Order: sequence, then C-alpha cells, then structure tokens
Amino acid sequence: MSNTEQKPLDKVLLICAKGNLEDVLATLVMANGAVMEGIETKVFFTFFGLDGILTKRMDKLHTVTVGNPAMRMPGDLPFPTLLGALPFVEAGVSSMMRSQIDDLDIPVPSEFLEMITAGGGEIFACKLAVDMFKLKKEDFHDEVKDIITIGEFYEMATGQNTQIIFT
Amino acid sequence: MSEKTIAGKTINLTDEGYLEDSSQWSKEVATEMAKEEGIELTEKHFEVLEFLRKEDAAGAALSIRKVGKSGIVDIKQLYQLFPGGPLKFSSKFAGIGKPTSCV
Repeated sequence: MSNTEQKPLDKVLLICAKGNLEDVLATLVMANGAVMEGIETKVFFTFFGLDGILTKRMDKLHTVTVGNPAMRMPGDLPFPTLLGALPFVEAGVSSMMRSQIDDLDIPVPSEFLEMITAGGGEIFACKLAVDMFKLKKEDFHDEVKDIITIGEFYEMATGQNTQIIFT
Repeated sequence: MSEKTIAGKTINLTDEGYLEDSSQWSKEVATEMAKEEGIELTEKHFEVLEFLRKEDAAGAALSIRKVGKSGIVDIKQLYQLFPGGPLKFSSKFAGIGKPTSCV
C-alpha cells in the first residue's frame, strides 16, 4: 500500500556549526523561511556557529576565501587560495559580499534573529560550545532564548512531521 | 487556474488561490478570502493590504522586512495579523501574486 498523502512540515530544527557569513546566512534564511511558512522553528548554534549569535561578532562575519573552490573573482576567473591568504583580502571580499547581500534586501544576522523570533521562532546556543569558548549568556544577542545541551534540543524534535537540518 | 465566485463576483484564481488579475480585487473579495483562512480583516489589515498593492503595482519585490519598515506594522504585528503566513496570506488577500522573495 502506498501512501500518497502530502503532509506539510510541522516543525524544523536547524543546527549551525560554522561561523562564516555564508553558512550562518544559509541557516538564517532557512529558519526565517520556515517561520514565514507557519512552520514551528528552532535553531541551535554550536561551535564556531556561535559567532552568528554573538553580539560582538554576528554582523561582521567573514567569507571563506581560502580553500573555497566555488569562489570566483570578478569576470568568473578562479580565485587562488594563496590570494585569499594575503592580508586584507579576506576583509575586502567579505565586505563586498556583505554589500551584495544587502542589495538583495537580505538583513544582517542581528536583524534576521529579530525577524525569526518575531514570528515565534526560537534561537538556542550550545552549552558545550559556550563552556568551551568560555562565553556567558550576556555575550549573546537578546533574542537568544537559552543555552541548552544537544539532548535538550533533541527533546524538542517531537511530532510526526519534524525535520532536523544540519547546515 | 480556476474560476470562483467570491463576494458575488467571478474571480480568476491560480492553482494556489492567488488572484490572476489584481484589478478584480475589492475589499469585499479580500474579506471573504480571509474568512476562508479564519482571519477577520480589520482596518489595520487593510492598511497592510493597500501598502502591498501599492508596492506591487510599483514593481517592488515584497518581503516581510519591507512591510516591517513601512511604518504601518512591525514584523511581530504582521505575524499577529496574518498568523501562519505573514507574506503569503497578506499577498493573497491583497489580490497580488504569490510572493517570490525568500525573506
């Protein structure tokens, strides 16, 4: 017997473990998109992903310029890894990237968090990573709801149409 | 595409229930469409709908961020007005196309 019934997603749980601009944004776009679709949304930031919710760093994230084969220079030329390692290149590329993102009306991470929580989404920081980096609750953006363990995060993954996405 | 009688008028709808032709829109049509989703439209709702129609007519790509900066509502209020689909439902009731923005 085949089941052809199309059931929409009820809940998504997203995990972000990387702190570069593109990975944090990917997580935030997916989280915000889910909230906008009426899907219950929870996001867990861990390890270097914590940079995406640290007040001091979140809106100054950088793009990966070394070891990134998808990276191109203007004119579609390849971007040599050694070039990406030069001083200021990463900063220059990152600021160019941020301005291109801004042109598309995509908000910076702090504003994204506000949009996600405005729609009822919830943001969490990983306790293990917080302890490891010796951080405190007040280091994080106000919209970060709590510092929790991965076990507590999994406990939220109840219900039939729930998905966990690791970005 | 399908035809449906809404508020006494024949309206052309897309498969997903958006108006094919924005000029067929009226406040009565919006009210009835919203009722089907369980939403009772108030003056505040209509302010948002008018804003969306104006922006859409000007060719702007719409996002909840843009509505949040309109001065009419903030994003939280937008979610309260259109629960479960702030941009989707508001666009539908405003008689404009399905939103194409990811934010």
